[in-house]
Amino acid sequence: MNTNEANKEIWIFAEQNAGSIHSVVYELLGKGSELAEQLQAKLCAVLLGHKIKEKAKGLIWRGASKVYLIESEEFLNYRSDIYSSVLVDLVHRYKPSVVLGGATLTGRSLMPRLAAALKTGLTADCTALEIDDEKKILVQTRPAFGGNIMATIVCSERRPQMATVRHKVMSEAEVDEKRKGEIISVQPQTPLFSDIKIEDIVKEIDKTVRLTEADIIVSGGRGLGKKENFGLIEELALVLKGAVGASRATVDNDWLPYSHQVGQTGKTVCPKVYIACGISGQIQHLVGMQSSKIIIAINKDAEAPIFKVATYGIVGDLFKIVPMLIKELKR
Amino acid sequence: MKIIVCIKEVPDTTEIKTDPETNTLIRAGVKSIISPFDMYAIEEGIRLKERLGGEVIVLSMGPAQAEKSLREAISLGADEAILLCDRKFGGADTLATSYTLAQGIKKIDGYDIIICGKQAADGDTAQVGPEVSVWLNIPQIAYVSKIEQVEQERIKVRRMSEEGYEVIQAKLPCLITVVKEINEPRLPSLKGKMRAKKAEIKKWTLEDINADREKTGLKGSPTQVKRIFSPPQREKGKIFEGDAEEIVKEMAEVLRSI
Repeated sequence: MNTNEANKEIWIFAEQNAGSIHSVVYELLGKGSELAEQLQAKLCAVLLGHKIKEKAKGLIWRGASKVYLIESEEFLNYRSDIYSSVLVDLVHRYKPSVVLGGATLTGRSLMPRLAAALKTGLTADCTALEIDDEKKILVQTRPAFGGNIMATIVCSERRPQMATVRHKVMSEAEVDEKRKGEIISVQPQTPLFSDIKIEDIVKEIDKTVRLTEADIIVSGGRGLGKKENFGLIEELALVLKGAVGASRATVDNDWLPYSHQVGQTGKTVCPKVYIACGISGQIQHLVGMQSSKIIIAINKDAEAPIFKVATYGIVGDLFKIVPMLIKELKR
Repeated sequence: MKIIVCIKEVPDTTEIKTDPETNTLIRAGVKSIISPFDMYAIEEGIRLKERLGGEVIVLSMGPAQAEKSLREAISLGADEAILLCDRKFGGADTLATSYTLAQGIKKIDGYDIIICGKQAADGDTAQVGPEVSVWLNIPQIAYVSKIEQVEQERIKVRRMSEEGYEVIQAKLPCLITVVKEINEPRLPSLKGKMRAKKAEIKKWTLEDINADREKTGLKGSPTQVKRIFSPPQREKGKIFEGDAEEIVKEMAEVLRSI
């Protein structure tokens, strides 16, 4: 699609899983409202799911003036082929100028499918979005080279302009139940046939909240000494209502499942507070957590690289500090 | 089983620095490596071959020196290596790269499974794999942590989810991108190294893969990089040593205020 064919609509892909909306969607609606105002465009959400109409209202309360709703049993959980084919069809019909999604496991599988099918540009894992006032185009900023460098990217000729946005970087849109909007139920015009079948959904993280969703993450490293000592990390996470993270070394030793791993080969997280206990802070770990707002590091070794990124660095024995902290927080 | 593994040669990002004056990457002296995630892709391809028979073909787009990485893949156990190498491929974004790789794959006669690493360590986009699947019109499963079963026409895998994993079946041919959890890459054997030395690395140009010039390289790239700069430095933190009692009180204070 060329620039002059596009309509003044900004689309937010309203990612849901088994009926619950991913919180990154609210962050996208927050940023989307600002962009829409600058472009004098309409902010719209696109919701695919099964029996999910109720949730459309919530998207309007968070700022969407239009919700495109596509309901089918087939959309209960994400599958790359039918999700993208339906969205391609929708983009062709309504011609938005911008499409944004979360840089989640789903978003980073779906959005490239969509972009390639639409033959347009996509910028991955953005941490900032702005509008170029003069050209009225989307200016997208993202980290690359493992966070060593930032790049600003535009897609000037083709539409829609597409980006996935890192979770927890932008602030959520506020709820206003008085807000009005339009819900448009759309019938898919492509056959709902998938070559992919989900057989089972297994949850490994149940003790605490999800890692990428968490406001507070307590992570443990090699300094814990043995698997059993992760109990201490879990206890602190529980007191803080946070999630449990882990360094690569601990996951390699099977102390915790891979789904907890933070870092280059694990997850990139961006919580309000990241507490690193007994983690030395190899560069591969730092790239996964250094954009956290506050970093608290507890480590015996005053020279540990983790202290270079720490907001508060505590040089000391975690087996002494952490139990004291738990006790103090419980008071 | 015909397995294609797509790899990328990247500068070792754990060693890279930026020049604070010019805001550009200092590449001099930084060695090139196979992108770490692609090592898992190569290993998984070789394991599939060992289990089911067949061949592993490694494919890359890049400058002539990327031949070194393809030889490394052969030393690990890949059977054949192809480098898509042409000045007209230069400056490609993910869309143009995926188109070029897909054209290369189309020239290879038939395949059952395509394996890519989760993302390249330089661009970190995780987009090329999923985009390749669109040009080839095949299903794609990203973030695969285990291949459970491969039958004639189906593959069953575990796909990482935010809370754990999903068990997913897909029809072959299919493209998967793999995460680190999937295996532990082997080291090259002496025999493998010998073979790699002698192996012929095929080099295919734009004409060889019958690619449309308008869709490759800078010309075929809808996105443009406007500016590159160093990330803002974190402010220097406060380091505590000494009285644990005091420190804990202050930390609890910070945590309560969130």
